[in-house]
Amino acid sequence: MNGGFSLYYFYYLLEGMGWTVVLSALAFVVGGAAGFIVMLARISRSAALRRLVFVYVQIVQGTPLLIILFVVYFGLGIFGVEMPPLFAAGLSLMIYCSAFLGEIWRGCVEAVPRTQTEAAECLALTRWQTLRDVVLPQAARIATPPTVGFLVQVLKSTSLASVVGFVELTRAAQVINNSTFQPFLIFGIAGLLYFALCYPLSIWSRALERRLNVSRRQA
Amino acid sequence: MSVVVKLEDVHKSFGLVEVLRGVSFEVSAGEVVAIIGRSGSGKSTALRCINRLEKIQSGSIEVCGRRVEAPDLDLRALRQDVGIVFQSYNLFPHLTVEENIVLAPRRVKNVKGAEAHALARTALEQVGLSDKIDAYPEQLSGGQQQRVAIARSLAMSPKVMLFDEVTSALDPELTGEVLRVMEKLAKGGMTMIMVTHEMGFARRAADRVIYMHTGKVWETGTGAMLGSPQTPELKNFLANEL
Amino acid sequence: MMYTFDFSSLWAYWPEFLAGALTTLEMTFAATVLGLCIGVAGAIARGSRHAWLRVVAGGYVELVRNTPFLIQIFFLFFGLASVGVRMPVLAAAVLAMVINVGAYTTEIVRAGIEAVHPGQIEAAESLGLSVPQVYWYVILRPALERVYPALTSQFVLMMLSSSITSQISAEELTAVANNIQSITFRSLETYIVVALLYLVLTVLLKSGFWLLGQGLFPRRRRLGTPL
Repeated sequence: MNGGFSLYYFYYLLEGMGWTVVLSALAFVVGGAAGFIVMLARISRSAALRRLVFVYVQIVQGTPLLIILFVVYFGLGIFGVEMPPLFAAGLSLMIYCSAFLGEIWRGCVEAVPRTQTEAAECLALTRWQTLRDVVLPQAARIATPPTVGFLVQVLKSTSLASVVGFVELTRAAQVINNSTFQPFLIFGIAGLLYFALCYPLSIWSRALERRLNVSRRQA
Repeated sequence: MSVVVKLEDVHKSFGLVEVLRGVSFEVSAGEVVAIIGRSGSGKSTALRCINRLEKIQSGSIEVCGRRVEAPDLDLRALRQDVGIVFQSYNLFPHLTVEENIVLAPRRVKNVKGAEAHALARTALEQVGLSDKIDAYPEQLSGGQQQRVAIARSLAMSPKVMLFDEVTSALDPELTGEVLRVMEKLAKGGMTMIMVTHEMGFARRAADRVIYMHTGKVWETGTGAMLGSPQTPELKNFLANEL
Repeated sequence: MMYTFDFSSLWAYWPEFLAGALTTLEMTFAATVLGLCIGVAGAIARGSRHAWLRVVAGGYVELVRNTPFLIQIFFLFFGLASVGVRMPVLAAAVLAMVINVGAYTTEIVRAGIEAVHPGQIEAAESLGLSVPQVYWYVILRPALERVYPALTSQFVLMMLSSSITSQISAEELTAVANNIQSITFRSLETYIVVALLYLVLTVLLKSGFWLLGQGLFPRRRRLGTPL
């Protein structure tokens, strides 16, 4: 029964693509929240906390995402409960996002001139008020282009969830290829679908960056 | 007259470089004091020590009855009493002029809506920029930005104001408008300590001039002192300034 | 739920782990050298006078950077096999890595080239240097020095991504781990050990690149400032 590529398969790919988007959004939102905490810890006044989170970031950034995925997958397995692959994949990607976004955002916070913090503190604002009202709004502007750029990384990274059996776009393509044996066609289409998701984001990120550079040059 | 700021034998080093080597002076309520001297003489550092932007190694600083070097100092209370205006304005670029001015009153003193707005209006009137209340800092000239920075500081009703070379970053034609605002403040009775390069202004507006040299108070007197310097260092300095 | 960690049964496999780590390093070395060549060529092509060259290079960069590495590997490996091109798994894996990292290095090197001030090129030309000489001495060398940190972190990222080639059973570190855990059933322990080995590789690679940079760029070594 070697059916060729049909419309049915295409729907199956689109469904997988939907799950790719869901997983990316989940990882980005939850990982972003964790990344915000990582960023706060990295600029904390407590040296011990800074060092601890620095080590966390170094470990996550120095280990392949695939290995993190395996550790989480089998690590959850020792609790004896069968975890849905979405959970293992989501958790791994969250860890991955938290480290990278935390570092990106720390860089943006530190790019806000120190004189701004100084001026705010001279007006008797607390450290937290200074961060919220003066530093973060300015850091957010700087952070938008690289954050959108990182979203492309996240979308691509979700393809690894296929390895633990989560049926997203890559897994769907594998499944279809196993029955049709048309790898150039199937993986080509899957690649184009990824491209359709990622390329607009890449362009947007670059446009944002250009705009930021222009307004900086004027200032 | 009550003493608002009092420095006694203040020492301060950055690493191995001793910037302040036993600085002492007093400023009374309503007094306007100009600190002059070469770059590197420690005048800006002395100013920044007064609201603890820099920590001192020894000596004592008293501001409005508070010991600034005390480990249990309430830093935020100190900074409500001491306003500072910087050379580089340091306005918040993401906020409008009004938002810049009311941010601290709102957050620190809990001033609400209409009252905050009135506060911004009054402060802007004092610096002559009422029409710029909705502008963003980048839409203003340097001189206007610096006047907004003064208004921002004024809105906290400080007991003493520090001015750290506030006209040094400005084009010559813009320094006048900032100096006029400062002279008006001085006449209004504000206690002011200003580090400045404007000798004419120091002579005109200051009740007292402090000349700092190599981390020490070298010579001090009224504005007239600039016409008849006693030490060769001040003589030399004045000759180079003109 | 109690779980007793047991790393002892993994001791017997240290030669396999070591061999896997070495394979990962070898693949990384090959992909770094070839990827850099592609990156330089791609960057020059992206700034070329010929529109078609710019389009081809730009298309290559965008396609690679906006699709997952795993899909690229499958496309290449299974695709080539389906049309009868048989190549060793390791060769296919390295080829995929080179194509992938080449796109990223193209962008990085291009940014470095764009940062070279036009006055530098005019000065070199008016000194009578030939076009290749201008490219080598005045454009590429300072460009590479400028982007060296970005380049090397890209190569470290690529070393980490090489674990994905385990999905076509290239016998590098991750594939070795997959085998060992299927024999020992100590999956969690195996992957923790492998995670540590990757961390060691990351540190080794970063130190190696740092030392290499010290040797390659005497200006940076002596002044310690970025160009």
